Amino acid sequence: MQDMPFSDSSFQKHLDQGRLMGCRCNSCQELYTPPRPLCPTCRLSRMEWVAMSGKGRLCAFTAITVPPPALKQEGFSRDNPYAVGVVELAEGTRVVARLLGLELSDPDSVALGQPMEVVFIKGGPDGSGDTVLGFQPAAE
Amino acid sequence: MNKHLRLAREVVVVGAGMSPFGVFPEKDSKDLFVEAFQDMLASVDKGFDPDDIQALYLGNFSNDFFVHQAHWGPIISDAVGLIPKPATRTEGACASSALAFREGVLAIASGLYDLVLVGGVEVMSQRSTEEVAEGLALATVPYEGQVGFTFPGVFGVTASAYFHKYGAGRQHLMDVTIKSHLNGKLNPKAQYQATLAEMMEAKRQKALAKGAPAPQWADEKAFLGDPQANPMVAWPLHLFDCCPISDGAACVLLAPAGIARNFTDHPLYVAGMGQGSGRGLHAKKDLTSFEATQAAAAEAYAMSGLEPGDVQVCEVHDCFSIAEIIHLEDLGFFPPGHGYRAVAEGKTRRDGIKPINTSGGLKCKGHPVGATGVSQVVEIWHQLRGEAGERQVPMQGLRVGATHNLGGTGGTCTFTIFERR
Ligand SMILES: [Zn+2]
Repeated sequence: MQDMPFSDSSFQKHLDQGRLMGCRCNSCQELYTPPRPLCPTCRLSRMEWVAMSGKGRLCAFTAITVPPPALKQEGFSRDNPYAVGVVELAEGTRVVARLLGLELSDPDSVALGQPMEVVFIKGGPDGSGDTVLGFQPAAE
Repeated sequence: MNKHLRLAREVVVVGAGMSPFGVFPEKDSKDLFVEAFQDMLASVDKGFDPDDIQALYLGNFSNDFFVHQAHWGPIISDAVGLIPKPATRTEGACASSALAFREGVLAIASGLYDLVLVGGVEVMSQRSTEEVAEGLALATVPYEGQVGFTFPGVFGVTASAYFHKYGAGRQHLMDVTIKSHLNGKLNPKAQYQATLAEMMEAKRQKALAKGAPAPQWADEKAFLGDPQANPMVAWPLHLFDCCPISDGAACVLLAPAGIARNFTDHPLYVAGMGQGSGRGLHAKKDLTSFEATQAAAAEAYAMSGLEPGDVQVCEVHDCFSIAEIIHLEDLGFFPPGHGYRAVAEGKTRRDGIKPINTSGGLKCKGHPVGATGVSQVVEIWHQLRGEAGERQVPMQGLRVGATHNLGGTGGTCTFTIFERR
């Protein structure tokens, strides 16, 4: 795994295999999710893969009722919205993700800051597409 | 390195024009730009020979996607008789023509040219709403599109973070929308020239004409809170929080200050300008501000020697109501967390201490994305010259105005300060 390039393509391959991966710059120790080939601070390529715990908390969210064509095909609509948002991982970095298990009929009730855990969503109408990074409220 | 942020020579706006903004099934980009060009020609007080224009910089985001035709520089240049002069297209998503403006200023400041046309155009209405959403989502960052973010989705998340941090709510977004419609009502080029009260009455009349029970709303906020009248798009954003799908064009004429009086006795000086870049939601340090705006503003204030309090009237990029509130803070007009209160207190109304989006903003004037940045300059041109008609800001000694344009979800932002001297 350590010899995979620190690219979006590798990030996706990890997701497809049920792993949320970031990378750490061995020069300045900064952690990045998703991974990146060059540290924007050091501008060095001394990265190593880091397996993320998949735990985090909800920073911000939205429920979308006007989906783009691909998600419309998956059945999302005004009457069947889906949620996306920003999750701050336990390790301190953030990711954008699809959100499951939130009460979208009453968005005001969705509590920011609540603990979340990773879930790997099979993409596409028949589940054969790329895995989509998801989060859901963490089990107690 | 040049830390002074100074142009090698001063640049002025000597003419400005725009087409009406709206939905025009019979008009293409050439037609709309020609209308803007003719409006600009008529605005040059002392007249001039268009053959003297030396170059065109044209902002266009994605006519490639919207009308399946790219390479608009020479097409538009030909439409207004500028072949074979150089024509350069700039792309910065919804800030595309602000980048054209900036390139035009730099070309004149460098000494290369003495007369430059800068403009922008976009035709979006030939696509369905879903397709436009898909086209605009091309300007989010890749991870956002992959998990299902739309453009409204990114700003919905931003609003959710802002509400949580500062205790604002939907009623504060409504304050922005109500104000936008009051201004749009007075702009004859705007896509929506009606106040919310007028739109509510029109809906009542329409229902009565059909023999249906007429809806009743106590006031504008009751209307905006009615999910039938104002459906959700991306929580907490609803239809009336979002700018429309629009067609339109705008252009302005730039010259060095030294020859300004050949064109007009009332030019607008480019007192300061800045441009910044930003990151996606996952990498932003603060979900409730736009770092690209802050960088652009810092540069423009430094170049001009002016401060936020000196700006008397400003067009900001209100693609969504929450965005207007955040820009008020990022541009330094109000402290972080105070933007929504300023709007609620009427400070940003036309007769307030800081009039914002007197044109009606993107919400009511319309948002043909590639034309928006330059159309904002057109509004400030009218305001600072005292030619804004019914929507003229009533402020005494109006002298300094500014424009703020945001591209994508904040990846590209510009801020330009204009001064009448
Ligand atoms: Zn580093």
